Amino acid sequence: MSNLHIVNKSSYDRNSLETCLRLADKGGEVLLFEDGVYGAIKGGVKAKLIEDAMSNLTFYVLGPDVKARGLDEGRLIDGIKVVDYSGFVELTVKNDKVTSWL
Amino acid sequence: MSDVKKFCFLNRKAPYGTVYAWESLEVVLISAAFDQDVSLVFADDGVYQLVKGQDTTGLGIKNFSPTYSALGDYDIKKIYIEKESLDARGLTLDDLQHLTWEDENEDWAEKDSIMVVEKAELAKILESQDVLLSF
Repeated sequence: MSNLHIVNKSSYDRNSLETCLRLADKGGEVLLFEDGVYGAIKGGVKAKLIEDAMSNLTFYVLGPDVKARGLDEGRLIDGIKVVDYSGFVELTVKNDKVTSWL
Repeated sequence: MSDVKKFCFLNRKAPYGTVYAWESLEVVLISAAFDQDVSLVFADDGVYQLVKGQDTTGLGIKNFSPTYSALGDYDIKKIYIEKESLDARGLTLDDLQHLTWEDENEDWAEKDSIMVVEKAELAKILESQDVLLSF
């Protein structure tokens, strides 16, 4: 069973991403959107959460949310894929289920 | 004018995930009409509010970040950013909008509004306020 984990809270404000990464099974996919995209920025103290999990999980961010927040895609942790809204839909269809970490 | 109070707006939320940032900015602009001593503080995820280059066209919602550049015209010239919050997020002053005000006592010289302060100094700034409003 494949699982898409979606995180929309800032990892600097809540522990949603941290719990998601602790409980997501190997091979899963993680999409960061809304304030969740802040966790995907390199150089911050929370960047390590994703960097450490990249060998087990595939990471995506929603491009329009990155752009809205003034964060250039070049600031994303290397290896994170940028998707648009239709890419978000494709991920939800591709996986058997979606787990939302509010 | 002995009835002037020190009003401080404490902003701790990122700009678009919740409505706090926009609501704060609206109240700040309203407060400017009352000729009080207003200052703004950005800490925690609040520092993201001032990140430059915001573009919300993909979201279909209003980009209110250009409004911050109007604060100087409203005589709001004290904007404090907590250094520790910037550092933790991998941000520097260069990542933020350049906000200024014009000093009428110095031939309208343009001066920086943003001051990056460390936590101990920020604690004293907060302590010195008469009214503190949190967003």
